[in-house]
Amino acid sequence: MSRRYDSRTTIFSPEGRLYQVEYAMEAIGNAGSAIGILSKDGVVLVGEKKVTSKLLQTSTSSEKMYKIDDHVACAVAGIMSDANILINTARFQAQRYTFAYQEPMPVEQLVQSLCDTKQGYTQFGGLRPFGVSFLFAGWDKNYGFQLYMSDPSGNYGGWKAAAIGANNQAAQSILKQDYKDDITREEAVQLALKVLGKTMDSTSLTSEKLELAEVFLSNGKVKYQACSPETLNKMLVSAGLTQPTVEE
Amino acid sequence: MECVFGMVGNGFSLVVADSSAVHSILVHKSNEDKIMILDSHKLMGASGEAGDRAQFTEYVQKNVALYQFRNGIPLTTAATANFTRGELATALRKNPYMVNIILAGYDKGTGPSLYYIDYIATLHKVDKAAFGYGSYFSLAMMDRHYRKDMTVEEAVDLADKCIMEIRSRLVVAPPNFVIKIVDKEGAREYAWRESVKDAPVSNI
Repeated sequence: MSRRYDSRTTIFSPEGRLYQVEYAMEAIGNAGSAIGILSKDGVVLVGEKKVTSKLLQTSTSSEKMYKIDDHVACAVAGIMSDANILINTARFQAQRYTFAYQEPMPVEQLVQSLCDTKQGYTQFGGLRPFGVSFLFAGWDKNYGFQLYMSDPSGNYGGWKAAAIGANNQAAQSILKQDYKDDITREEAVQLALKVLGKTMDSTSLTSEKLELAEVFLSNGKVKYQACSPETLNKMLVSAGLTQPTVEE
Repeated sequence: MECVFGMVGNGFSLVVADSSAVHSILVHKSNEDKIMILDSHKLMGASGEAGDRAQFTEYVQKNVALYQFRNGIPLTTAATANFTRGELATALRKNPYMVNIILAGYDKGTGPSLYYIDYIATLHKVDKAAFGYGSYFSLAMMDRHYRKDMTVEEAVDLADKCIMEIRSRLVVAPPNFVIKIVDKEGAREYAWRESVKDAPVSNI
């Protein structure tokens, strides 16, 4: 029935739906998940790396976390080739703003500019939408720490805690239960790891399957810090989410 | 000939400009306002080619307004200064605007500030600045009497000293001046210093 409307992004179905956009969202449901939590002294991003093959040599140590500018970072879920394009435009927009105003770009403006690009691909003919969801973590002088989630339709919103990718609904509902407004950054890390431990398919979490990054203030300046595999392993052991390896 | 100058005091910035519209040896008007109120907390005093001045200051004003509508937050004075500089630098390499600008503003957190921007896209953050023939006299007066902690009254007094010096020492001194101020309460016209009134138009 819906076949007539499936193959075209730009056309509404008689029920008022845009199938290609919905399928793009579906594609993200299969991707490795990511969780973001806003705390009073920083933002935490945790992502699940899908290990496709033992033989695969990853060129970068990070595949889900990207620094956009000194004060903004993002976590990705979805088609990585699409994401690379969007990350590139985001970085470009951020630098263009700094060039014009000699000030860091406000986080929401950056998210909005990227979502405008995403939206464009759901409307203008002959193109498919980007199969990517983002979690943006950042800080600016107007609104302090912020966390945004965006989807392939170009929608975005500010969140206290959010999840994208596989099992995001389960993760979201755990977050809803366990999130507290006065949560600290350390507690946020613990919570994020706990949630991923419950929603990921694999039984034990290791640093090979996870990535952790934080945005916080140090000495009054914004800092993006990606957690090293060693520190992450220690955290997982102390959180009781994994067994210490024999060598240690 | 043109005189635009400004200074930063304790909790406010002040901009003064002459108000003569001249062409060649002829004075067309002596109540032309050369200080634009950019937004609630910014002043832009400008000198230069009359058409360019009107066009460029309005262009900046509308862009600042657009930014505020789009993003719900005002542009800081520093960002506005850099934006203005960028626009002048771009124009300089195509079809230059002949305008020199003194930008004054007040921001939450930063306080009052003053920027010197000339037509070749130079940008300086300064405590006192001046453009035009009047600058030779007003800069000298400000060098001698300026203090960082001046009150509004003291600063206006210094501005009056500058105007007095211009009127008595400059051959082509303009008759009238306008003084505007920006502080935490906002940007506003403070006073006029007029020695000539525009002749009223008769009905005959």
